[in-house]
Amino acid sequence: MNAANNCKTLEQIVSANKRIDVVMASLGILVLMVASAMLIGVFVDLLTSGWPRLISSEFYTNFPSRHPEKAGILSAMTGTSLVMLVTAVVAIPLGVAAGLYLEEYAPRNWLTDIIEINVSNLAGVPSIIYGLLALGLFVHTFALGETILTAGLVLALLILPVIIVSTREAVRGIPRDLREAAYGLGADKWQAVRMYVLPAARPGILTGVIVGLARAIGEAAPVITIGALTFIAFLPPSPIQAEAPFINFEWLSSPFTVMPIQLFNWVSRPQAEFHINAAATGVVLMAMTLAMNALAIYIRLRLRRHDR
Amino acid sequence: MTHLDSVKYMAGAEVAGSTPVVMSSPELRAEVRNLSFWYGKTQALNGINLPVADKQITAMIGPSGCGKSTLLRCFNRMHDLYPGNRYGGEIRLYPEDRNLIAMEPGLVRLRIGMVFQKPNPFPKSIFENVAAGLRVRGIGDKRVLNERVEQALRGAALWDEVKGRLHESAYGLSGGQQQRLCIARALAPQPDILLLDEPTSALDPIATARIEDLLVELRRTITTVIVTHNMQQAARISDFTAYMHMGKLVEYNGTNAIFTNPKDKLTSDYITGRFG
Repeated sequence: MNAANNCKTLEQIVSANKRIDVVMASLGILVLMVASAMLIGVFVDLLTSGWPRLISSEFYTNFPSRHPEKAGILSAMTGTSLVMLVTAVVAIPLGVAAGLYLEEYAPRNWLTDIIEINVSNLAGVPSIIYGLLALGLFVHTFALGETILTAGLVLALLILPVIIVSTREAVRGIPRDLREAAYGLGADKWQAVRMYVLPAARPGILTGVIVGLARAIGEAAPVITIGALTFIAFLPPSPIQAEAPFINFEWLSSPFTVMPIQLFNWVSRPQAEFHINAAATGVVLMAMTLAMNALAIYIRLRLRRHDR
Repeated sequence: MTHLDSVKYMAGAEVAGSTPVVMSSPELRAEVRNLSFWYGKTQALNGINLPVADKQITAMIGPSGCGKSTLLRCFNRMHDLYPGNRYGGEIRLYPEDRNLIAMEPGLVRLRIGMVFQKPNPFPKSIFENVAAGLRVRGIGDKRVLNERVEQALRGAALWDEVKGRLHESAYGLSGGQQQRLCIARALAPQPDILLLDEPTSALDPIATARIEDLLVELRRTITTVIVTHNMQQAARISDFTAYMHMGKLVEYNGTNAIFTNPKDKLTSDYITGRFG
């Protein structure tokens, strides 16, 4: 046999490679379509089941009720918003600072290694364990009670690893020459971090924050564990008041409920009418998550326009 | 103040033979003395001795891996950013005669500016890029910043091209403009020494020529140390040239002398293109 019979021509190699490309691309599109079809399917299903309640304004302005047609998600929406506020205020600075420390400041030694392993492990701890921790530590030991503050803190703990890891990835992704440019000008560590590292890492950090918050907004288990109520027929005290000092922190120590708990409560009722409420709540919860994602994308685009 | 040893280092001294040196001997801005450097266990520099003449361009040439960039990065202690690196010997900084290797790295970098191989502007506006070094030094006064930024941009021959869009992103500039912006950024704080690490290796010939013109314009105003893989570049712009090979300094002389009358066989092999 001669070599010409054994070897493919260059044209054959190219067309074989092209065929592989087509197969891989189709496979990728298929997988993507399955994933998005499932999301869209769930959303459409919830939307159609919950439609009667979604178009009723009372659904958004009423407290829960034993009459399904009067029941609303006002307290759950308020609860979720306030809890997420606490979570964001606690988790973002802590997580970003921890990530920056580990990446920029920490020496490479066994202590850092242990911290790193622990942070990664924390991301894998089931959320109900965080609930138990919070029940013991925040509710009883620190006597914070079954409050918005406690819920915000436990969800902050829950998403801390996500924010830390994504901050580290973002900081590590900054080109080495940009970092050297900053240090080359004589910047000390904090100047380099504040002026150049943090701005360059912002898009990545933001993504981590949103992924974290989106996870926190849907969590029910740890919030139930610390004793969130399922029936709240009042609002927490307003954070803003007419008389001095105009800002009020009493809402932090208020009992509360959140959207996932409200949803769970309604879906576990025997009456079919409550299931409509549950579906509608699901739609609102998903809308809140998507709105958060949209906000992140908007901020990222804005930052990019300003920076680049 | 220390002066260059006129016999050993003077440009053209060897060529001129016994005729007395006409050029006045330039003063030293820095002097590398018996400098060695290790990346972990790997020795990259071995007993380097090199004078750096004040307000002159000193070029370092040599084949890849000879240690020329490593030596340059010793001058601003860039190696201290990464763990496991070790220095031996000293780099004296004149006129105050301090050992740069024993100083606080941050302090060294405040006095010695650097321009890198690839243009590396910050993801900020043109103005903020040039102002960065000033801000690091705590200069926040708008009037002073405006003045110094303009001065630096003029110094880097970029002012006329960017004066109308100072507050636009630096990433909108061409590669050559970005590199001149990086030179302006390094010049703005008025450093004692300007280090350039193959500053034109990522640029096209026209942009390269502009940078070379710029460096020649600057050469009587600032002490410059440049690493280049381009021998013609060293010949065109530098006053003194050091040839390095495998972590050692093989030969140092006035640029003319090195290129017309190299004393070491390694040097002559390299500059005649026999290897490298």
